[in-house]
Amino acid sequence: MNVRRFGVVALPYAWLLLFFLVPFLIVLKISLAHQAFTIPPYTPLFADGGLRITGENYLFLLSDPLYWKAYLGAIRYAAIATIVTLLAGYPLAYGIARTPARWRALLLMLVILPFWTSFLIRVYAWIGLLKENGIVNHALLSLGLIDAPLQLINNDFSVILGLVYAYLPFMVLPLYAQLEKLDPVLNEAAADLGARPIRAFRQVTLPLSLPGVAAGVLLVFIPAVGEFVIPDLLGGPNTLMIGKILWDEFFTNHDWPTAAALTVAMLLLLALPMGFMRRLLRGDA
Amino acid sequence: MTNRLSPFLIATMILGFAFLYAPIASVVIYSFNASRLVAVWAGFSFQWYGALFENEAIGRATLISFEVAVIAATGALILGTLVAHALARYRRFAGRTLFAAMATAPLVMPEIITGLSLLLLFVALEQATGWPLGRGILTIAIAHITLGIAFVAVIVEARLSAFDRSLEEAALDLGARPMVVFFVITLPLIAPALAAGWLLAFTLSFDDLVIASFTAGPASTTLPMVIFSSVRLGVSPQINALATLFLIAVTAIVLAANRLLRVR
Repeated sequence: MNVRRFGVVALPYAWLLLFFLVPFLIVLKISLAHQAFTIPPYTPLFADGGLRITGENYLFLLSDPLYWKAYLGAIRYAAIATIVTLLAGYPLAYGIARTPARWRALLLMLVILPFWTSFLIRVYAWIGLLKENGIVNHALLSLGLIDAPLQLINNDFSVILGLVYAYLPFMVLPLYAQLEKLDPVLNEAAADLGARPIRAFRQVTLPLSLPGVAAGVLLVFIPAVGEFVIPDLLGGPNTLMIGKILWDEFFTNHDWPTAAALTVAMLLLLALPMGFMRRLLRGDA
Repeated sequence: MTNRLSPFLIATMILGFAFLYAPIASVVIYSFNASRLVAVWAGFSFQWYGALFENEAIGRATLISFEVAVIAATGALILGTLVAHALARYRRFAGRTLFAAMATAPLVMPEIITGLSLLLLFVALEQATGWPLGRGILTIAIAHITLGIAFVAVIVEARLSAFDRSLEEAALDLGARPMVVFFVITLPLIAPALAAGWLLAFTLSFDDLVIASFTAGPASTTLPMVIFSSVRLGVSPQINALATLFLIAVTAIVLAANRLLRVR
């Protein structure tokens, strides 16, 4: 390796090691410490000439059903949101890919624009729409469609809706990228051979778009599992998601070791889908 | 693909875009509402914008967010371009797999994990070496650089892989030194991607709540942190006005970035 090459690689490599990899080792370390009423609020790894580690934080997570529910809750919310996002995003991406080329750039930008727009504000917008005296209830009441305001917020419905809304662009973009590459000749050939549109879609388009589906599913599912803002603002007291529990453990209870153990648990959960993600990215290059 | 669009696809697209834009539109419309109540329209008014400009906490937080975002975007641009260059041009080097994994993982890593782990690093570092002294703009910026590197690298790598390498090779054959080739040939060719990458890193930083909440200090409250704490107290017309200004700024940035990426 020559000097210039070394320079190009070494600087970002050192940065990523220090600020991306090492932090995880520290999380692992603190997850094995005791909570303490010191600054910082955990016991040191080495004390009195010996290694002092404890598994009590993990045992605590296993023994309290709250954490199990939050863990499974996050998977459930993220999985449902991913499926809904796929069902809504696929026809949207397909439609854009079939739009005449001169409109496509505009439509694509309309999909990307919300992704650049403040995430927090987009979630906040739903509060104004969904709350008891919000815009949707107000409209339904004045149209006479309902007699009393509906409970639209602080429940499972609003959490799923928020997740689908926030992550829809992440599903549409990889699907579009895949569908746009498909040659329409394939569908024409299927039609010439007597396949009706539905069958041509099922046997030609759908199988060929699967890499896009896989990318979209992972891009939505992985961040959705760790979501904090959506369950916090749109969820209710029964909305248990691991990201929210972690936040409360850290900011409300100041229990750093338990928050660290939760982080490790979340990373274990995400290791598999993130591994798939890596393989997918490598396959594209 | 063909230009046959079935009624089903057209209907889905209309519904899809309505779903994406209705909430945003509602915020913009109600920011001009004279009433304090969100759902009741009481006439057109600029009063919330007036109140917003007199809000000192928001003014201060905007300046802090801006400062953090400029540092973060610039740092992410430099490091992300190096990452992209390494990944696109050097097929083999020791530790390439780990390098590529670390450079792309932040794209999907839940922010709460990145935020907590970086905070714990800063605390441990301060304990061990005395640096960084407390938390503030610097620590938020370091966290945002780490996040932004991944996004800049993806955009720049795509551009580096797309253009004809024979241009660089020709310059090298004609005796230009590698540094000269980079500044005279490569840089102008990838400039649009660099600009788009900087803007994206800026927006990500300016918009981030979760990572900033972990890595901020008492005197470095960012704009999303102010918005979040006021949203938790309920919907407020001032936040609608702020959101509208935010949307206008971001739309202008995206339009600019889009133009940059489309110029060939």
